[in-house]
Amino acid sequence: MSPVVAQSSALDLTKLEPIFEYYKKMARGSLIPVLQAAQESYGYLPTAVLETIADRMKAPISQIYGVVTFYSQFRLLPRGKHVIRTCQGTACHVRDSSKILETLKSALGVTPGGTTIDQMFTLETVACLGACSLAPVMMIDNEAHGRLRPDRVIEILDKYRK
Amino acid sequence: MAKNIEDLERLTSSQDLEALKNRVLPRIAIRKDPQAKPYNDVTHHIMICCDTGCASSGSMAIVDSFKKELAARNMEKSVDIVVIGCHGFCEMGPLLVVYPDDYYYIRLRPDDTSEIIEETIINRRPVPKLLYHDRETLRPIVRYNEIGFYAKQNRILLANCGHINPEDVEEYIAYDGYKALAKALTQKDQTDDLLMEVKKSGLRGRGGGGFPTGRKWELCRQAPGETKYIICNADEGDPGAFMDRSLMEGDPHRLLEGMIIGGLIIGAQEGYIYVRAEYPTAVKRLKNAIAQAEAIGFLGENILGSDFNFQIHIKEGAGAFVCGEETALMRSIEGQRGMPTTRPPFPAISGLWGAPTNNNNVETWANIPGIILNGGDWFASYGTEKSKGTKVFALTGKIRNTGLAEVSMGMTMREIIYDIGGGIQNNKKFKAVQIGGPSGGCLPESMIDRPVDYDSLVEAGAMMGSGGLVVVDEDTCMVALAQFFLTFTRDESCGKCTPCREGTTRMLNILNNITKGKGKAGDIELLEELARNVKLSALCGLGQTSPNPILSTLNYFREEYKAHIYEKRCPAHHCVDLITYWIDPDRCIGCGACRKKCPVQAIDGSPKKPHTIDVGRCIKCGACFGACRKNQAIFKK
Repeated sequence: MSPVVAQSSALDLTKLEPIFEYYKKMARGSLIPVLQAAQESYGYLPTAVLETIADRMKAPISQIYGVVTFYSQFRLLPRGKHVIRTCQGTACHVRDSSKILETLKSALGVTPGGTTIDQMFTLETVACLGACSLAPVMMIDNEAHGRLRPDRVIEILDKYRK
Repeated sequence: MAKNIEDLERLTSSQDLEALKNRVLPRIAIRKDPQAKPYNDVTHHIMICCDTGCASSGSMAIVDSFKKELAARNMEKSVDIVVIGCHGFCEMGPLLVVYPDDYYYIRLRPDDTSEIIEETIINRRPVPKLLYHDRETLRPIVRYNEIGFYAKQNRILLANCGHINPEDVEEYIAYDGYKALAKALTQKDQTDDLLMEVKKSGLRGRGGGGFPTGRKWELCRQAPGETKYIICNADEGDPGAFMDRSLMEGDPHRLLEGMIIGGLIIGAQEGYIYVRAEYPTAVKRLKNAIAQAEAIGFLGENILGSDFNFQIHIKEGAGAFVCGEETALMRSIEGQRGMPTTRPPFPAISGLWGAPTNNNNVETWANIPGIILNGGDWFASYGTEKSKGTKVFALTGKIRNTGLAEVSMGMTMREIIYDIGGGIQNNKKFKAVQIGGPSGGCLPESMIDRPVDYDSLVEAGAMMGSGGLVVVDEDTCMVALAQFFLTFTRDESCGKCTPCREGTTRMLNILNNITKGKGKAGDIELLEELARNVKLSALCGLGQTSPNPILSTLNYFREEYKAHIYEKRCPAHHCVDLITYWIDPDRCIGCGACRKKCPVQAIDGSPKKPHTIDVGRCIKCGACFGACRKNQAIFKK
């Protein structure tokens, strides 16, 4: 994950309040759920949000940064309108998922982790989506697309562009 | 239809449970007996699989289409649409079963629904074109348990999956759900006897290592300390395994029941289910199941009127494979970076927040209700001498029938792959089956007639793992397969210990070179030396087993490594740096099919003139190769 932390000028930090309120009763082990909820509401984890969480949960920001950068789910940069997660699991591998990834990379002009210039797509890879019977698979937002071929990938992308 | 949480009545005894079961049975009677009387004028149940697999094949559109169609015909009161979990036969999805006639329809499209209503609901006849057709006889098969895929299975753990509404606790109860819990609570002062049943069953951990479950529980139970925890490891991270997801999505109460009984026997007050973030449907179903179990009195204070209290929490993972390792998983629940810690102390003595903790995976916990209800001897009557019971395998890769299959331990791999899995896709030749995920190994043709159990797999240089079987055919390069697994373990290594962090990187570099045609003499020996050292010195189980894919492919497919290194040739024509695509000008008729399919516009040519491939642009995706198959003008070399 990139160490560059995005800044945002107009950030509404009050959106964090209901999250703190909800997890108040859970004294221990609530850091990861709080981060997950914060990311859900902001789309990513801006510095100011991390600082507020550190402050309110009485934990050093270094510890929070350590947790955020350990797990692949957390993001320090905003993402595109649609998130493409292409599966790199074994079942997908033997059904040529590498070609799906190559097609996505060349069609979007980004490498995994990157976002297209028009902020339309973020490309990510995922270890396994657990939909192995439909390999190769990619998920765009929360919709899984299975039994892919390079030419179908292009068709599917076009649908999301509209 | 499932009741709202607030409409569920609280049960305070096993008599209450029995009474509720008897009240629910008439509601589902038509599923068990075709002659049964309709309940509340509902004459048919249409059970539609909306598991992740079928959902991505479009099952939700089928549900919507049925609802519309039934409403238009004013039939919505006489037909119940029941959304179910996985039937296991994902290859054939979206699929459904219509009761009372028990017709099994596959590969549906939304416009099939009116015909099903017309023929099957109104005229009570099957729709032949939607039935499964036997591959050899080409005859349609009406009922699903007559299909080869199911006929050889032994579904005792997955018994409810695909047959009950996973969001309705009352349906689970109607199928004897929570009866084992009620039975265990009557013996709650003799938990020794209950533990004895678990030991007698011979159940071994289904998550990988295969440690005897009863012995593990005993260690935690005997550990000093008032506060104890149990954990369900639902971080099914092995690529190619999805049985735990299907269990959670298809029969979530079975898991909860197993954990509650486990809590009672071990003496824990709280349990955690650690689910990976990639499984949103499983999380949703589990949350719903916990809320129902709390309302009805299976969780919380005074369970079923007894003085036993137990709670279950859900923790969602945040995307880290290493969290499947139990010490790392506990650090993650505590809110830290999920890195393994050294043992001892073992979790049974000092685990979550320093308290004695027992960790099992989904499939292990879900086996407990059956063992308590029917006895350890019943469970031990399935399987082999040292591996008892059944195991769920996920069949994927180049196999015809992908999906989930539950079989008795000891079935041969050949039976699983050919009789249940239907053999290899596209009439290709079987090459190997990879089992056990990134920690496992592969078995070649010569090894697949051995009975499959924990010990025979280890002897053959693989391991059970969580039971993911990835079948590969002659087009799969075994060096690239090892490279794939090492890329995975390198990426997922938490970085804490040097042997894993550096060792996987070094081994991967060598594999990368070999697949790029830059391998050199001595690479194989160096790989073997590195593999041995990582195995001996890595901190956690994941690190120690990370060289297994290399060792097992080297063991059985050494010649392929040699071909890459010494002849710069990939025998499977897979490694892109060792192949090129070209068009034979004498055969090309200039139809342009390949040009249209090329995603990077690397093919050039005018109509009816031979085309050419711009090698610089070509990403070797193979789309043209597939497009041209009829004319056979495109070659790999």
